Amino acid sequence: MSAAEQTDVLVIGSGFGGAIAAYHLAAGGAKVEVLERGPWLEGKDFDQDYLLGSSYTKVFDFVAGDGMSLLGGNCVGGGSVVYFAALPRAPRFVFERHGGIGRRMWPAMIDRDALDPWYDRVAEAIPARTQDWNDVSYPGGLWAAACAHAGHTANPVPVGIDTATCTNCNWMMAGCRFDAKRSLLFNYLPAAIAHGTRIRPLHEVQYLSRTDDGGYRVHYNVIDDEDYRVTVGGGVIDAKLVIVAAGAGATPVILQRSEPHLGSMPHAVGRYFSGNGERLNTAVFDEDRVRDVLGLTGPGGRPYGAFQVGKGPTVACWDYLDGSRPEYSRFSLEQLYFPPGLGTILAQAPGADAPTFFGVEKKKMLDQWRNWLIIFQMTEDDNEGVFGPPPPTGNAVRISQQMLGRGPLRYNPTPNTLRGWAEADAACKDILERDGLAKVAPWTNDLVGAYTVHPLASCRIGDDPATSALDDRHELRGHPGIFVTDGSAVPGALTVNPAMTIAALAERAMPGIVEAARRRGIEVSYGAPAPDGSTAGRRGVRDLLPGLVRG
Amino acid sequence: MRPDPPGAEQTRVLTLEAFADTIVPGEKRSPDDRAIAGAAPGPGAVEAGALELLAWDATGITDALPELVGLLNEHARAFAAEHGAELDDDVPPFVALDFGQRTALVQRLLDPGHPEKEFWVLLALFSNMAYDSAAHRHTAEALADGHPGLTAMGFAHPDSDGLWRFPEYSYGRALADLHPDTIESGSLG
Repeated sequence: MSAAEQTDVLVIGSGFGGAIAAYHLAAGGAKVEVLERGPWLEGKDFDQDYLLGSSYTKVFDFVAGDGMSLLGGNCVGGGSVVYFAALPRAPRFVFERHGGIGRRMWPAMIDRDALDPWYDRVAEAIPARTQDWNDVSYPGGLWAAACAHAGHTANPVPVGIDTATCTNCNWMMAGCRFDAKRSLLFNYLPAAIAHGTRIRPLHEVQYLSRTDDGGYRVHYNVIDDEDYRVTVGGGVIDAKLVIVAAGAGATPVILQRSEPHLGSMPHAVGRYFSGNGERLNTAVFDEDRVRDVLGLTGPGGRPYGAFQVGKGPTVACWDYLDGSRPEYSRFSLEQLYFPPGLGTILAQAPGADAPTFFGVEKKKMLDQWRNWLIIFQMTEDDNEGVFGPPPPTGNAVRISQQMLGRGPLRYNPTPNTLRGWAEADAACKDILERDGLAKVAPWTNDLVGAYTVHPLASCRIGDDPATSALDDRHELRGHPGIFVTDGSAVPGALTVNPAMTIAALAERAMPGIVEAARRRGIEVSYGAPAPDGSTAGRRGVRDLLPGLVRG
Repeated sequence: MRPDPPGAEQTRVLTLEAFADTIVPGEKRSPDDRAIAGAAPGPGAVEAGALELLAWDATGITDALPELVGLLNEHARAFAAEHGAELDDDVPPFVALDFGQRTALVQRLLDPGHPEKEFWVLLALFSNMAYDSAAHRHTAEALADGHPGLTAMGFAHPDSDGLWRFPEYSYGRALADLHPDTIESGSLG
């Protein structure tokens, strides 16, 4: 038997958690290998096409669970390639949440003030910027006008998009053809590669075992580049330190499957999953009312008819993100474009008798597709998701050649979660149906359960070993040298889009991970600038470093 | 003279067409069209290409179709017996149901408590996708050919290079006050 490949650091996944870790460790001098289960696509490879097998189905992972389905990235760059690039910071009250555990769920070391310097580091790297009203697409403008009409404020959402090159084509879920979305393919990943990181696409990690020298052996399958149901090879790599950043739908599955080899996992691995409290509503607008009530004149003189135009979310109502409101009653209402297929099937015809999501009334609703508006609610759920036993490989039994699979997550929403959804639905309805502007209904949960594009918390940080899988430095309890830096580390729902927080937590974890790497015999140091060489963010966190390195 | 009972292939086609037509209904292709119930004006999922999409093994459902067709017709027979409905033998049992009966049966199969729900969800999902995203075709080509679903929805045509761009995209003015706690980064403070 030939000797296994060796590396200092093995990173599982190339989304926010993996890319940030790979960059800092490689820039600091470590030998870094990244295994990514999905393909490696870039600008010209991103199709504007719904044909099965185009980039749209290649780069996504849609896993149907029991009570909740997850949509996640499946490509080099992970979620950053498929997301809508909304980069708000989490509101202050989020860090004080108790959830169902009767005490603060975030580590004592982390609150908004403590995380702000790390948010700044990410904003320098991505870069995130606020949109002005000229950047706001018609659907966002319509949502803002409806909010104002109902006495609410509305904010253009900070995004990681170069608005000068953006064409408002709304294909960004399939990857940005015009390189306007500043995904990880433009910052952390190329910088990591420049420092020697090797990224291997279509390498799906199955489990970890131990090596004799205290390190870890990472076992992977190689996946066919067209039919992901097919395994074409496999192998192992030995590493002194492992970063698990496979996403909140896959990280706990890999760790659960490793349990027979590594020994028992912390109780919270595969528990406390949060769908970020997500829920969607689709409204159908009456254009005459848009003109008469809101006074809007849009494309070609029409009041609206522009659902297809834009760039994901552009405007959110944050009036319910009020820390004085009780937990589970705080949520954001964000305008969002979801394309046909994934974005139409679950929509229910407002006011129709059953069936509402198929049949005659639904077809009539589809006829009015151009006057749709989708409102994305991010509420506070109760971390009620639990992963069952792992499937034979990967994080799901793959059904279709790409994208669609059946996974082990069970999610039975608690009364708290259901109440939050009901309150968010009511707030949406109050705004959208005022003076006959629109008719609105939530997406059905009957087909594929609730639906999240922001899976979180399935392997979370915390101070309490009973309810957190990771310590406050992101190390897996009881398994030194394994760190988790993706969305699964976030303790709970954030009430806003989570990418910025996932990235900031990964940045914050890096000084401690570098120190742990040094203790494991890796020659590495912390202190890389932003991927483009900027240094303001690094200066901003300098004084925080001693508290993040284990004494 | 009555026609012979439908053969296996005809049963497969008629049954799947009738299911897809229940999901996104359309008008009959001819007066003697039995699969399409004619419950809605304009073409529906069948004419949008539902059977073409279902026949593509990339969906992962193709191999299961013969079994699903058999199950659906069994359910239809049971449904008819339960409701005292007469089924004629010229067409498969599900096709012999009227549109309201087909709809009621499909609702039952898609109900969260139904043990086979997962399979019917997939069948419904791909029937829908044939209509609202033409997942069996290149989107630009489907639009150029007047694909019924994308056309009815008003999906915009791409530029001459096959790519979508919307140079006209914004109302271009402030339409609401910002949240009072908004900070420079655009987030709440």
